[in-house]
Amino acid sequence: MSQQDAIIQVKDLVKKFGDFVANDHLNFDVYRGEIFGFLGANGAGKTTTMKILSGLSRPTSGKVIVAGIDVNLHPEKVKRKIGYMSQLFSLYNDLTVKENFRFYGGIYGLSAKKIREQTRYYLEKLDMISFENMLLKNIPLGWKQKLAFSVANLHHPDIIFLDEPTGGVDPITRRQFWELIYEASNQGTTVFVTTHYMDEAEYCERVCIMSEGKIEALDTPKALKEQFQAKNMNDVFLKIARNVE
Amino acid sequence: MSVPVHIESLSKSFGKVHALENISLDIQKGELFGFIGPDGAGKTTLFRILCSLMLADQGEVTINHIDVVKGYKKIRQIIGYMPGRFSLYMDLSVEENLAFYARIFHTSIEENYDIIRDIYEQIAPFKKRRAGDLSGGMKQKLALSCALIHNPALLILDEPTTGVDAVSRKEFWDMLKKMQQTGITILVSTPYMDEAALCDRVALMQSGKLLSMDTPTQIVNDFPGNLLSIKAKGMYPLLHDLDGFEGANSVYRFGETIHLATKMNTNLMEQKLFPFLEGKGYQEIEIIEKQANIEDCFLALMEGKTGS
Repeated sequence: MSQQDAIIQVKDLVKKFGDFVANDHLNFDVYRGEIFGFLGANGAGKTTTMKILSGLSRPTSGKVIVAGIDVNLHPEKVKRKIGYMSQLFSLYNDLTVKENFRFYGGIYGLSAKKIREQTRYYLEKLDMISFENMLLKNIPLGWKQKLAFSVANLHHPDIIFLDEPTGGVDPITRRQFWELIYEASNQGTTVFVTTHYMDEAEYCERVCIMSEGKIEALDTPKALKEQFQAKNMNDVFLKIARNVE
Repeated sequence: MSVPVHIESLSKSFGKVHALENISLDIQKGELFGFIGPDGAGKTTLFRILCSLMLADQGEVTINHIDVVKGYKKIRQIIGYMPGRFSLYMDLSVEENLAFYARIFHTSIEENYDIIRDIYEQIAPFKKRRAGDLSGGMKQKLALSCALIHNPALLILDEPTTGVDAVSRKEFWDMLKKMQQTGITILVSTPYMDEAALCDRVALMQSGKLLSMDTPTQIVNDFPGNLLSIKAKGMYPLLHDLDGFEGANSVYRFGETIHLATKMNTNLMEQKLFPFLEGKGYQEIEIIEKQANIEDCFLALMEGKTGS
């Protein structure tokens, strides 16, 4: 793919907390519409990078362009172009399904009419119309995660960031969730996803593996398996982590 | 020392939600027993009842033949419990956390150091650091040390590997295996299906129900039907083309392959599948017969329950 297709460009990104280097000269591009897997051991620096890409944290040095915007100069503008969901926090438990849609739609400045239309569209798609007036806390986790994904897509962001979206979700729902990811990607949304499930790493078009603040590998799952002579992504991950130690 | 656990007809509801429905099972002395299931399966509720921290609506539990309700004081002396979320004091140092747990159980770090030596030595260099400043892997090792410091006969670990990366997960299981050699009974819950293979026996749970309970090998042997692992260029459309193929009971993605479960003879199935996929224009088609893994079995059991 050509340079113009890069929707995220990271050049020489460094982030320090005191003496600790959380991101050590990172360089990578993410292409428009691709499913980009972002892996690494706990403490490898993934969350730090994601926070910088989404305008929540400033780089110490380096240049980061997200959807054509320099995140260092215009962090607020970046937030309008992206969607974000995580396992820990996504929707409000004390609001109903419909209220959550209305709240997030309002934050992103959608009209009341647009919010109504979109809410209906997503609830029909997920077969959850009958849940619209239910409080979120009464909804099982797997369904909640599918709702959260839809809400994060409400404003049709260029890029959606998913931070361990399937942790603890049952195996059927986990696969349904990936169906949603593929669909969004087919419609042109770029998906930036972290996961601890190595089978899910295989579903990504390209995978970046971080270790101790550095990028240790970045390529298609197929190429990584050849490069590390591994039979699956789990082996690739174990080999990289062991080499570093 | 180790102890058996007996669970009989255990039920617990929260309002309309049936967290546990009529669960019965026996865990042998010295077993490494896994409870495998997603969030909402009832694993945490079960563990809280076992630890005498919550009362069941119905049924009974005994640990070493002691009823957990009537004999809760005795029970608490013989179990070590590592809850899913909270167990460490973030404002105390590593050493202080451990000393605190030791004193609660009227013992000292010195007295039982042998039990935790292997684990604690890995974090000992940081013993003056506040628990809140430890990495995830180190917190886990400290929490495990705290759960073990009073030399329990039964160790109960609630999702110790959730949110933990693949490398640290492997290390943690190596640690458990080693610990089991000392004779302690270990109960561990996890949402990761692949960890089932590391247990002596497992209970597969979903929405408060026991789907199956056996050795991992036996669960896999009991998989209903045969399994084909299929690969071709263009995995996303392939999934949809295979779904609904005559004779296919279920079609799921598994990493870089698709697993197709069938009641039919696999050779026959292969003979039909090749021309079908070639006809659709697929290239680099690979079809291999494969043994089911625990996740295949879990999916099959879930489908059986929902009747789809």
